[in-house]
Amino acid sequence: MSGIRAQFRLQRDSFALDAEFEAPMRGVTAIFGHSGSGKTTLLRCIAGLERAPGVLHVNDNVWQDEKTFEPVHKRALAYVFQEASLFPHLSVRANLEYGYQRITAAQRKVKPEQVIEWLGLSHLVDRRDVHSLSGGERQRVAIGRALLVSPDILLMDEPLSALDTRSKQEILPYLERLHRELDIPVLYVSHAMDEVTRLADHLVLMEKGKVIASGELHETLARLDLPIAHFDDAGTVIEAIVAQHDEKYHLTRLDFVGGELWVGKVDQPFGSDVRARVLARDVSIATQAPHGSSINNILNARIDEIRDEGPDKVLVRMQVGASQMLLSRITRRSRDHLGLKPGLFVCAQVKSVALMS
Amino acid sequence: MSILTPDDLQAVWLTLKLASVSTVLLLCIATPLAWWLAHSTRWYKGLVAACVALPLVVPPTVLGFYLLLLMGPQGMVGEFTRWLGIGALPFTFAGLVIGSIVFSLPFAVQPIQNAFEAMGKRPLEVAATLRASPWDRFLSVALPLARPGFLTAIILAFAHTVGEFGVVLMLGGSIPGETEVLSVAIYTHVEAMEYSEAHWLAGGMVLFSFLVLLGLYRVGGNWAKGAR
Repeated sequence: MSGIRAQFRLQRDSFALDAEFEAPMRGVTAIFGHSGSGKTTLLRCIAGLERAPGVLHVNDNVWQDEKTFEPVHKRALAYVFQEASLFPHLSVRANLEYGYQRITAAQRKVKPEQVIEWLGLSHLVDRRDVHSLSGGERQRVAIGRALLVSPDILLMDEPLSALDTRSKQEILPYLERLHRELDIPVLYVSHAMDEVTRLADHLVLMEKGKVIASGELHETLARLDLPIAHFDDAGTVIEAIVAQHDEKYHLTRLDFVGGELWVGKVDQPFGSDVRARVLARDVSIATQAPHGSSINNILNARIDEIRDEGPDKVLVRMQVGASQMLLSRITRRSRDHLGLKPGLFVCAQVKSVALMS
Repeated sequence: MSILTPDDLQAVWLTLKLASVSTVLLLCIATPLAWWLAHSTRWYKGLVAACVALPLVVPPTVLGFYLLLLMGPQGMVGEFTRWLGIGALPFTFAGLVIGSIVFSLPFAVQPIQNAFEAMGKRPLEVAATLRASPWDRFLSVALPLARPGFLTAIILAFAHTVGEFGVVLMLGGSIPGETEVLSVAIYTHVEAMEYSEAHWLAGGMVLFSFLVLLGLYRVGGNWAKGAR
């Protein structure tokens, strides 16, 4: 059986973890929740850094059950902590190779030189003093150090949250490449929705020590019964390809299954994969194709579900094409005036699209 | 050099030997003890910590007195050593070493314990996720990171043993070549009104202590720079 299956119970003075989820052993699985929801504790349990009664299967290996508890150093994982936590007594290279030297030659899937080049570390590798590195550089070394143990699974605990905005922008492309180019499943703990929508394929939602939902990213983001759909920055994600550049108006057309979107010029070659995020508050609904609208993106959609949200708002889920979901937050009055109900065909007007890569 | 008598030279040699042997043995005892004190969550940890710190507050003569009783022919330790065929330990070099270890234990344990506590759990957790076994983590991460603590422990334990008087006098008396260390030799000279001999020994001891400290701090400074 390929996949990760985890179930943990832990009682602390002020906090109880009672979490259970399954996730595929491919792509990025984001464990998302507010601070204090227990996501870091869950990740530490998976690593074996926290000893909580439970069951943990990774692929066909039992890392933990009633009888077994594999110690941390015997689990084929790597862990990137919130702070880079480089060893201060070792050089950059010695940090990178710390774990690499502790696995057998047969277990080594990548070489230090590959990782150094891949993470753009060649100008730093001979530094003796890790304190001379910037925050972003340190975290890149920490990621490289983790990759060099050739893990079956990579655990990342908010690797960007201790960094400033610039360092975050510096690291994110590497994380995306990790996602696209390396075949290592990642468990990514985060409380930042923009990171999750940018990187994740699979979503595990946590609240008060419990897993409240788990599933494929697109489906989970569009579930109106979950609290994330009602966040201010709720929205869905669209996987698209760069289809056309319009030099005259400085726009780019993105094609996705079920439609197309015009966005500000994207600096990426024709045919490249991009991920776009459309927020519920940026989508309005018209029952007929509007004439003389300034909005570029008007998509044909079918209403799927409507759910009340507070005294004045409703959240509408629409389907565009065969599988793409869109959310729209409108007033209750608009719903009644337009007579919106599930099954109705409408025009979704997308005011703004955020490109994630 | 007629100023230093052969007995005096012997006392110098014996003092250095006692301090070196005690320091080496202390490190062997203090390192695991400090590790346990830094990481244990057991209820009796406070009890152990208090016992380790006791020599800091108990007068050396009191400590020496009880060690004498313990190691004497009627004491528990004494009976055990007699059963082993070693005989009684008081008034022997081995007895002095044991006394010195007990006396200097807090000076070796506390700096190392502080260093282990200061590094926190994180470096060891990181090492564990990078496939290092517990023993490997200790050797490759904990020991190097605690180096300043070890250096302080070595300096303090050595210097403290060199300067010890009360415990030695109670436990060892003043047998030349066996238990007569520097501080006791100085005391004997002063008792006999031999002030110039006492001066040479005392002044030499001040100078020696100063040079040892200076040397170790310089080495320590360079190490600290290299580690940063």
